[in-house]
Amino acid sequence: MSQPRILAFLCRWCAYAGADLAGTTRKHYDPNLISIRVTCSGRIDPSFVLEALEEGYDGVLIAGCHPGTCHYISGNYKALRRFTLLRKLLRQMGVPDERVRLEWISASESDKFVTVVNEMVENLRKLEPAMPVEQHT
Amino acid sequence: MKRVGVFVCHCGLNIAGTVNIKEITDAASKTPDVVVAADHRYLCSEPGQALIKDNIKQHRLDAIVVAACSPAMHEITFRNIARAAGLNRYQSEIANIREQCSWVHDNIEKATEKAHVIIRQSIEKVKLNELLDPITVPVTRRALIVGGGIAGIRAALDVANSGHQVYLVEKTGSIGGRMAQLSETFPTLDCSICILGPLMVEAYRNPNIKILRLSEVEEVKGFIGNFKVKVRQAPVYVDETECNSCAECVKVCPAEVPNEFDSGLTWRKAIYIPFAQAVPPAYVLDAKSCLGLLPQACGECKKACDKLGMSCINLDAHPETHELEVGAIISATGYEMYDAARLTEYGYGIYPDVMTSLEFERMLSASGPTSGVIRRPSDGRIPKEVVFIQCAGQREPETALPYCSKVCCMYTARHAMLFRHKVPDGQAYVFYMDIRAGGKGYEEFVKRTQEEGGVLYLRGRVAKVHEENDKLVVKGVDTLSGKTVQIDADVVVLAVGMVPSQGSRELANTLKASVDENGFFAEAHPKLRPLESATAGIFLAGAGQAPKDIPETVAQASGAASKALNLLSSPTLEREPTVARIVNEFCSGCGICVPACPFEALSMNRERKIAEVAEALCEGCGTCVASCPSGALSLRNLTDTQIMAMIRAGRG
Repeated sequence: MSQPRILAFLCRWCAYAGADLAGTTRKHYDPNLISIRVTCSGRIDPSFVLEALEEGYDGVLIAGCHPGTCHYISGNYKALRRFTLLRKLLRQMGVPDERVRLEWISASESDKFVTVVNEMVENLRKLEPAMPVEQHT
Repeated sequence: MKRVGVFVCHCGLNIAGTVNIKEITDAASKTPDVVVAADHRYLCSEPGQALIKDNIKQHRLDAIVVAACSPAMHEITFRNIARAAGLNRYQSEIANIREQCSWVHDNIEKATEKAHVIIRQSIEKVKLNELLDPITVPVTRRALIVGGGIAGIRAALDVANSGHQVYLVEKTGSIGGRMAQLSETFPTLDCSICILGPLMVEAYRNPNIKILRLSEVEEVKGFIGNFKVKVRQAPVYVDETECNSCAECVKVCPAEVPNEFDSGLTWRKAIYIPFAQAVPPAYVLDAKSCLGLLPQACGECKKACDKLGMSCINLDAHPETHELEVGAIISATGYEMYDAARLTEYGYGIYPDVMTSLEFERMLSASGPTSGVIRRPSDGRIPKEVVFIQCAGQREPETALPYCSKVCCMYTARHAMLFRHKVPDGQAYVFYMDIRAGGKGYEEFVKRTQEEGGVLYLRGRVAKVHEENDKLVVKGVDTLSGKTVQIDADVVVLAVGMVPSQGSRELANTLKASVDENGFFAEAHPKLRPLESATAGIFLAGAGQAPKDIPETVAQASGAASKALNLLSSPTLEREPTVARIVNEFCSGCGICVPACPFEALSMNRERKIAEVAEALCEGCGTCVASCPSGALSLRNLTDTQIMAMIRAGRG
């Protein structure tokens, strides 16, 4: 995979559909991102993000529906709460903010999806490449 | 271990153009547990499907991965293929290498590498998928329709005539909607209320339709097939079953306000009938403009009614909440006009003779403020020169509406033609950008307006309208001759666009349906599922989904009704079995998951001191799973183990 590598957790109703729309409308972005389609941003356990960083992904994107539009009413609010705590933990561990990002991307916002991906790639290029934990000495 | 088969689709050149199919098929075949990997030009075609089925049987596969388009397109197709070949349908996974790979990248090498990673993720996931069967739930065989315009009425009649009960929720005092306000319809010049009126009466008389006027949807719980809806009905001060429309109450009412049905060109009393053909045929007391109900300040209407020995008016009426159970919901909330006062260059709101198209429409109507005679609002004179400005505040992404409202070219042609019928010595001018007259008989109608009606069409934008010596000076450019044009007009009519009805965004939130960037209800797929919202069981009809004319609205309404009937035709329906599950032994009974569930599917078993999942209520979001500190909860076929495996698979 191209460096830097990004893992995205996309909620199937909004962000994943937005990413699909980027495809349908042929909006190109950097090929550095791999997505995992989840039911809801509320499904994302902070340990998934930690696992991804441990595996050596340079960045992790969590994207869900805009506030007030969650298919499951309030899953995105729960994601936001968990993310706030996770951010604190990551800072204590010295993980730069650029590595993990939470975004609200609706099914029609393919432009926003593309912008977010390209921005992340650009920001992560400025950081040292990540490396799986097992390779640290 | 499972025996997995991987099938790679070329999708013509859609995938094969950017991804090296041979390379990823070879790589997939070498992945652990993959028994066979094959490719095909179109896996969704009959020979493509046969290839999958044959391989499942020949290689005794336990699971398949289909590397193709988005799961939003063909997940169900390939599940059904797996099932047809004897597999459990949930042993099929899609690797989305089109929308999220070949279509968004141009570097073949990198796209191929990425496609391979995406396939590996799906292989890891499918290996851990459990065998599941859909959950069967009962269906409440009734429908709720929100909005009593032509879309709502048509849909209600279609559902009701098939033998199902319908609640038709309308926020104003009468059904009929915008179409009731129109004078004639294009291209046939049918009288609008003459063709709508019979349908309104039919809906009112249909024993299967219950019309809830002055009502709005307040809360929606549940899911497809089983919605629990709360509808709040504002106090109904006039009993529709008693009222005989004698109008004695109107005569004595001292409060007057602009009449919204006539676009504010006339006045109405606080107690009024929305329009002559209103259904239900009863008066409405508008509490906002009434001199006072709490405490009662006037009460003249009630006295007049009581004097006749009637008792229709109850000034102590309270709002009522109706709790309804329905299986399907159709949203038909319609449109309103863009606020013309925001277009400062045309002087609407400053010069009384600058009107919106809907105001002009009311003036054309025989039941309108001038009984069908066209008059200048300022002095009542009959105008001789009328300028119609099309695309007013439309196709202007920077300042107003970015989209085209589709109907304005046609209604402007109709307005210009009817003006010429009514004022034979008058002259009509139309400023246009393009004429969009796609539709049966539409182009012919515009041609007729231009040729028979002698209406002058000028291609260009109007820069400014201002008043001078009792005339409206319209300055614009005729882009075909390249000259500036100035017309001294008596009346200017703005073809303003359609915007979603007020409150439709809030309704979308209540229904858990989404809206697009312009606030219209979003359809599940712009081409293939235009009648459905992304939320199962919520259907869309009419201009609330996008601007459209009456025939299209009626067609969509009947389509949405047939989708709803499809759902209501069976006493049960199948739901996705990918719901939450709890391992009792691991549950510590902490109860964190209970408030995390938005659907009240989780509860504490007080005796056993552990949490329980009510599968029928679970929507499968997985929020509870992420909240469980003991790992007792999991989401079927999207477990933590599966996600972790996918994270690791993407690493390479």
